[in-house]
Amino acid sequence: MTKQIVIDPITRIEGHSKITIQLDDNGRVEDARFHVTQYRGFERFCEGRPFYEMPSLMGRICGICTISHELASAKACDEIMAVQIPETADMLRRIVNLASVIQSHALSFFYLSSPDFLLGLESDPATRNIFGLAQKHPEIARDGVRLRRFGQEIIEWMAGKRVHPNWIVPGGVGSPLEPEVRDRILETIPEAYAIVQHSLDWFKRSLENYADEIRTFGNFPTLFMGLVSPTGGLELYDGSVRVVDERGSMLVPGFAPDSYQEYIGEAVEPWTFMKFPYYKPVGYPDGIYRVGPLARLNIIDACGTPQADQEWAEFRQLDRGMNFSSFYFHYARLIECLFAIERLEQHLNDPRILDKRVRAYAGPNSGEGIGITEAPRGTLIHHYRADSQGRITWSNLVVATTHNNLAMNRGVKQVAHRYVEGDRLTEGMLNRVEAVIRTFDPCLSCSTHAQDRLALHVELVSPDGEMLDQIWRD
Amino acid sequence: MARRSRIKTLKIDGRDVGAHEDQTILQLARENNITIPTLCHIEGLSVPGACRLCLVEVKGWRKLVPACATYADEGMEVFTDSERLRSYRRMILELLFSEGNHVCAVCVSNGHCELQSLAQHLGMDHVRYPNLQPVRLVDMTHSRFTLDRNRCILCLRCVRVCDEIEGAHTWDVKGRGVDARVISDLDTPWGESPTCTTCGKCVNVCPVGALVEKGRAVGEMVKRQEFLPYLSSMREVKR
Repeated sequence: MTKQIVIDPITRIEGHSKITIQLDDNGRVEDARFHVTQYRGFERFCEGRPFYEMPSLMGRICGICTISHELASAKACDEIMAVQIPETADMLRRIVNLASVIQSHALSFFYLSSPDFLLGLESDPATRNIFGLAQKHPEIARDGVRLRRFGQEIIEWMAGKRVHPNWIVPGGVGSPLEPEVRDRILETIPEAYAIVQHSLDWFKRSLENYADEIRTFGNFPTLFMGLVSPTGGLELYDGSVRVVDERGSMLVPGFAPDSYQEYIGEAVEPWTFMKFPYYKPVGYPDGIYRVGPLARLNIIDACGTPQADQEWAEFRQLDRGMNFSSFYFHYARLIECLFAIERLEQHLNDPRILDKRVRAYAGPNSGEGIGITEAPRGTLIHHYRADSQGRITWSNLVVATTHNNLAMNRGVKQVAHRYVEGDRLTEGMLNRVEAVIRTFDPCLSCSTHAQDRLALHVELVSPDGEMLDQIWRD
Repeated sequence: MARRSRIKTLKIDGRDVGAHEDQTILQLARENNITIPTLCHIEGLSVPGACRLCLVEVKGWRKLVPACATYADEGMEVFTDSERLRSYRRMILELLFSEGNHVCAVCVSNGHCELQSLAQHLGMDHVRYPNLQPVRLVDMTHSRFTLDRNRCILCLRCVRVCDEIEGAHTWDVKGRGVDARVISDLDTPWGESPTCTTCGKCVNVCPVGALVEKGRAVGEMVKRQEFLPYLSSMREVKR
């Protein structure tokens, strides 16, 4: 008799979802699915609104990566205005973006994921969280809090507030950088360096303890996609989109953001609110690709900053080339934090950063705009059309977590194969299924552009639809 | 200007106050630093008494009266604040919020909006009525300004300032009830208006984010109303 296991809701991720595991007649895992159970509808309710409201409206999609949405949206609006924004505005946008990546990575690594690998996946779920971590490893918990604050404070000082600031506007940014703010940020940089270096040290030393997780957590070949700079360096704000295959050879060295629809298709399945983007030339579902920190470090030729380049070289030696295990997402996040600190320090030390020309003004000179940035979780695409008055008539958002949907589903299946036995759900299995999802740091609020309770529900269901077991967690 | 009117004595909220006979309860209250909330009223324009936020109680009168359109009279006892008045005022705000699109977080007037600050001031934390969500078009045809009818509360300040101060009378109202909306000229797009002088007075008297300058991002639209008392007093001098 076949059965189904359901995990609902999944904890310590951004948003609401569940997992179902289908068992065959012999009680072995036949299939596993990751369902996103929330629906939002941003693409629809922006219709008819003036384009200059878009960055703030779309920023509301998410409280974690607001900046990423605002930037992608503002870039699309820059195109609708058909302007090139002042170079200082470009640099200021890059700085808040880097700060946003740091705070989001700090949240994912320290608050959400590190309890799994520091306290152990078999440890008591009641204390396997940031509070348990603070009791057992207070230094590491403090590092996490401080690193996140580092990023959040930069956003607050520059953009006015930490969550949903209105400072990123079509045509540039709302106000120039004040010298005192620059100096204050520069003062906090040494501590941020120290935290990231220290964290990389202990994480690298402990990698051998996670051999099993590395082998089974979403470890399979896929394509990888992300932005790269004109020189093939790590790029988080603006560039061309590179697609690399599982052997590391380039499928597309870099396509212009405006042509994304030639390369990315979106499939829909009836059992989830999240779409399935795929690489069009290969087709669905074989055109599976991953985005995010791991993908970015797999596609680039180098990071482009001295310290991050050293770490990156070491990272690429792990599997002698491409790294497939989604467990390495965690590692990649730390390297990206290092890169982000170096890069934002460079920008802040550039004398042009204090220039007062930070905003271009224009009407709706073009009917269409596409903005692509790298959100902490991966490539983020905002695509709008506007009428001659500048009212949005249509929009399409392809969000980082959505790109990873096929891979997350395959990752869940892989872990289920390894850890699910029989028709009962065990805590260890539940933890691992959740943990594999967590490596992707999915943001479901973003991906469905939520309206119910947070976290994980796992169901075990037989082929005739009978629910054999379920676990709720919230 | 020397006034030659007689003085009336009355009480507002228990305080003895003296009024000129052509003074409204609202003017008198403000002169005595007593706050009465208003939305449609703006100093320097005619008084439509439309929003009903300034309703006050008068001892011995069964009906509530609008302070903006009721003259002070001898021996009156006026109460500007009571649980009954507060609940009516909140109800009026909730009705305004439930019609149209008043999502402050993404409005260009966020933080500089009279409707928003009144809701905060009067403690309106929920809207108990279902949102009607009527389909209302945004008019962005004007080269400098945007009219977003979804944010409009029909206070008609724009209609009055355009007619009474600018003398253009570009704005008017069409339809009734939930269909009532501000139109330019004979319901032609604003950008094609032959009467609009692009003076921007309507934009600056608008208490909400319905009439705004183009290109302002969320929270950036600050209205400047200092011009109005000056212009309207200049008109009075001419008369």
